[in-house]
Parts: sequence; C-alpha cells; structure tokens
Amino acid sequence: MVKRLWILFILALIAALAGDFYMHPHNKFEIANYRFFNAIFGFASCVAIVIVSKVLGVFLKRKENYYKEVREDE
Amino acid sequence: MNSILGLMSPSFFMLIGALLIPFMPKHIRVPFVLMIPVMALVRVWQMPVGEDLISLNIAGFNIRPAFAHAYSHIFGTIFCIASFGGALFGLMQSRRIETSAAFLYGGSALGVTFSGDFISLFIYWELMAIGSTLIIFVSDQKNSMQAGMRYALIHFLGGVILMTGIIGQIMLTGTATLVPFEAHTSLLLPEYGLDLNGIIMWLILIGILINAAAPPMSAWIADSYPKSSPFGAVFLSAFTTKTAVFVLLTLFAGTQLLIYIGLFMVFYGIIYAMLENDMRKILSYSIINQVGFMIIGIGIGTTMALNGTAMHAFAHIVYKALLFMSAGSVLYMTGKSKFTELGGLCRTMKLTMVCGIIGAFSISAFPLTSGFITKSMIVSAVMKEELEMVWYLLMAASAGAFLYVGLKFPWFVFFGKDSGMRPDEPPFNMKLAMILFSLLCIIPGIPGLAEKTIYQMLPVVPDYVVYDKEHVISQLQLLLFAALAFFLMLPMLKRTDTISLDFDWFYRGLGHYVVSALYYIGRFPARIGLIVAKKIMKKWLKLFTKIYSPEGLLARSWSLGATVMWTGTFLGIYLVIYYITPN
Repeated sequence: MVKRLWILFILALIAALAGDFYMHPHNKFEIANYRFFNAIFGFASCVAIVIVSKVLGVFLKRKENYYKEVREDE
Repeated sequence: MNSILGLMSPSFFMLIGALLIPFMPKHIRVPFVLMIPVMALVRVWQMPVGEDLISLNIAGFNIRPAFAHAYSHIFGTIFCIASFGGALFGLMQSRRIETSAAFLYGGSALGVTFSGDFISLFIYWELMAIGSTLIIFVSDQKNSMQAGMRYALIHFLGGVILMTGIIGQIMLTGTATLVPFEAHTSLLLPEYGLDLNGIIMWLILIGILINAAAPPMSAWIADSYPKSSPFGAVFLSAFTTKTAVFVLLTLFAGTQLLIYIGLFMVFYGIIYAMLENDMRKILSYSIINQVGFMIIGIGIGTTMALNGTAMHAFAHIVYKALLFMSAGSVLYMTGKSKFTELGGLCRTMKLTMVCGIIGAFSISAFPLTSGFITKSMIVSAVMKEELEMVWYLLMAASAGAFLYVGLKFPWFVFFGKDSGMRPDEPPFNMKLAMILFSLLCIIPGIPGLAEKTIYQMLPVVPDYVVYDKEHVISQLQLLLFAALAFFLMLPMLKRTDTISLDFDWFYRGLGHYVVSALYYIGRFPARIGLIVAKKIMKKWLKLFTKIYSPEGLLARSWSLGATVMWTGTFLGIYLVIYYITPN
C-alpha cells in the first residue's frame, strides 16, 4: 500500500516536471523563468526551513510545563 | 418599524442576539442562532457604500455607526458566514454563555467593519476584546482562565494605545471621521514620527497591529486560542486579526513598513509552527503566517494588492475555520490535541479527515481551492511592483506553508504513527458545518467561479486571470516538491513534547522573576512600613472612638433644654449675619 502510494507520488512529480516543457513562463524575474525553477525552489526552501527551525529549536524549545515550573519556584 | 430597521448597522442584529441568547430555551435558541447571522448578512448587502445611514451628534462629535467603506461588504459578508458556521458547529454542544459571547464578538467585529468614525470603531474594538476574552474564560480546557487573563491584558493594552492615538487624532483634526492616512512610504526612516502627527499615527498603527498579531506581540494567538473550547476556537480564528487587517486596509494602505512587518510574520508563523506539537497551536501560528501575507498586500497598496488582501482574508477565514472545525472535532471526540498523542485517526474519522485535508490544501493554495486564487493575487501584485526579494521570500513561504500545516496537520493527526484510538465521527451538526465550509473552500476555486462570486464583492472587479497554464504548473511543481521534501525529512520532523519560547517569555518568565525579586527586596521596608502604619492607625482609631462611639462627642444624647439653647443661638447668629450683609 505504502509502496504503491510512493509510486503514485513519484509519477505526479514526474508529471509536474514534464509540464515544464509545455509552458512558456513570463515572469518579470529572470531566475524564475529557468527550467524547473519552481520544483527546485520549492524543495530547497523547504529543506532550508526545516534546518533553520531545527537550529532555532535548540534555543527555543522548553519542557511542556516550563512556565508552571517557574511558578512553583516561589 | 421598517424605518428603524432601515437605520440599523448589521452588527445590531448580532449584538441583540447576544443579549437574548442566554435567556432562551434550547428549542428556540437553535433556530435563533442560525437565523441571526443570515439576517445580518442580508443587512450587510443593503448597506450603501460611502453613505451614512445614521449620523448622531454626541458631545460635539459626529458619530457614524452605520457606514460602509469600500471593503466593508466583503469583510462583513465573511464575518456573517463565519458566525453562521461557528454557530452551526457548536449548535448542540456549545454552552449558551459561549454562544452569547461569540455573537457579541462577531457582532462587534461587524461593527468595526461598518464604523465611519474613530469613536464607534473604538467602542466596537473594545467590545470585541471583551467578547473574545469571555469565550476563552468559559472554555472547558485546562488553564483557560490564566490564558484568558493574559489575552485580555494584551488586548486592553492595545486598546489603550489605540485610544490614546484616537484622542490625539480628534484633538488635532477636530473631527472623529475615519479617513485614511496618506501612504507613508517614508515610515521606515528615523526622521519620521517625531512630530505630533507622526506620534498619533504611530499610536493608532501600533494599537491595530497588536490585534493583527504583528511582532513583537505575536505570542498571544498561540497562547490563548488553543485554550478555548473546540467551538470557541472557530469564532476566535475568524475575527480579531481580520478586523485588524480591515482597519489597516482602510487607514494604512500603501504604508511601506507593513511589507516588512508582514514578511516577518510569514516566517515567524512557519518557524514556530514547525517547532510545535499541539495541533491547534499550529493552526494558530498559521493564522499569523496568513495574516502576514495580507499585511504585505496592504503595504504594497496597489488596487490589485488590496483586492488580493481582501479576498485572501475572505478565503482564509473559511479554510481556517474549517481547519479549526476539523481539529476541534478530533479534540471533541478524543480529548487530545497533541501530535505525540494522536495519529492514525483516518480509520474511523473519514469525513473529518477529508474536510481537514480540504482545508489544509486550501491554506496551501493548491489549484482548485479558494486559497490558490487569493494568495496568487497577492503574490502577483508583488511581482507587478517588481519587489524581487519579497517575491522569492513569498514563494518560499508558500512552499513552507504547505509543509508545516498542509502536510503536517493531516499527517500527524490522521496518518502517521497509529495512536490506537478509534473515535467516532463528531455529531451531525458538526459534520454539517464542516461539509458546508469545505464546499466554500472548493467552489470559488473551480475555474471561472471566482469571477462570479468573490470578485463581485470587491469595490473594483479585478480582471486578474488565475488559471493560466504556466501558473498552475508552477504552483503544482512548487507544492509537490515541497511535499517530497516533507516525506524525505519525516524522520527529522519527529514531534517532541515541548513548548517554544516566544516574546511572551518577557511577561510570563522574566516578569515573574522581576516581581518575585521585588517581593523579596521589598519585604524589609514593607515590614517597617507596616509597623509604622499600625501605630498611626491605632492613634486615629482612638480619636475616632472619642468622637463617634456611643459615648462620643457626636453620638451621645443631649437634653431637650440644651438642644433648644443651641438652636436658638444658631438662629440668632443667622439673623445677625442676615442684617449685616448688604443685600
């Protein structure tokens, strides 16, 4: 089941990439008109977001009852 | 009767409803709460643009509580729809005090939308804060009381700042009429904002931005909304931030600073949602992300950007309410809200899952949903103004939005690791509300239908074409490859049982330490003060006993003769004074 879903998903990815050959992007920004720009950009930005949030998580994450612990100090 | 009705702002229907609901038995209340938003909606569409229905003169100020601005209709319509959906969702389950508070809240949000002057705007603004605080107070969730308190403090602080600005504005201009500030493209420069005009504008802007969850005051959404009941959250997600968007749209269109504030909010929402474990907290963070898009649109200020902002607010309220309904159904049926405790619910909650996915795809701007049309319009407006960096960041944020809520919410709740729970579907009315809002997400997304529905509510009907080949393919590529990133990095996204520090640490953490420190430092002088105060009190008490006690100077009974003597003396003195004074 999971395997079949993966195959379906990969087919959808390929279809989306293939779509690139049938369109003529008319964006004002040049980089955005490169082939597969959206696919690469979408993937890369998500990887970047996950990594940045992982790094920030090291500093920002606290235990579930963090604020209660503060209150119990008194 | 007809003439009185003809003068009423749409908000009155909701406010009167809010007053009556607590006194109604259930069989009357049920049709009543569904009827009220419909009546208000009819009234919204009877409001003429740019014309006062009533104009009162109170204390020399022109009060205009029934006035439609250019974007009042689209915001008013969606506020009525949200009230209807929220009422239907909690029709049988919601406590009546909660429904009443929700109508007060929704009604005053409508009131803000149809305020023609600063004074009625401010009154509705504060009523909104009261209604929403009540919703959090009456919630059945843990710690809702403390969260409600923090929520109220933030909003009344914002209210005071706004009021100070409004008073200044009225003193300066001599009128309370709501007129747009000129576009302040120079607002980023430090030399601006030092004169009186600037300070007043800053105060009003800050007061509104606090309600829009702009930085640094962003933490209140994720702190308070998840503490409301499953039904209250549907209302909460709709009104406060979107009325702030409406007022910014009306007063501050084209203020460049807002572009940068919006960008910050977009990424703030994504990052914090990525770190979060509670499903309703994720949805709360995604409100900030989506409002960020709208605020960028306002900052750009072109007709296309403003249209996109108004439409995005419309679509956003629908899919965000739908997401909160789906999450609320899960919470209602399982009592759980954390990803670490949920998972695998797709086996029994099929309808809730489908509706949740529709909402999630709509917020991710998938083609064939309402979000695709409205978000595209803002992003296109950015491109049209050639703000290249902003455009790239928004594209990245669109992909990120799919990642953190479009995939993360359905995945960890309905799929993922099986929690072993097999809850039933929610009750009938909750299902009906979800189906209705799912349709509202899909219908405007069908090619050709947006032009006939949402476009028609805008002051200037846009000629923007969403469904061109390039746009659809690019968007699909962007989202599908974001999904690929999600599934490949799934091991890295393992949920942890944590909360994230935010700006609210300054008043929940640091504030607490400061108060405790002051308590310890202050104990010694306080004790001395107490001793001194006690001595002084004792002295005074003695004096008072002397005068007022039953045997005291003023209370003991006097003999009749003495009384007559004193009366005679005073009358004599009076007579003498009467003769002495000339005339």
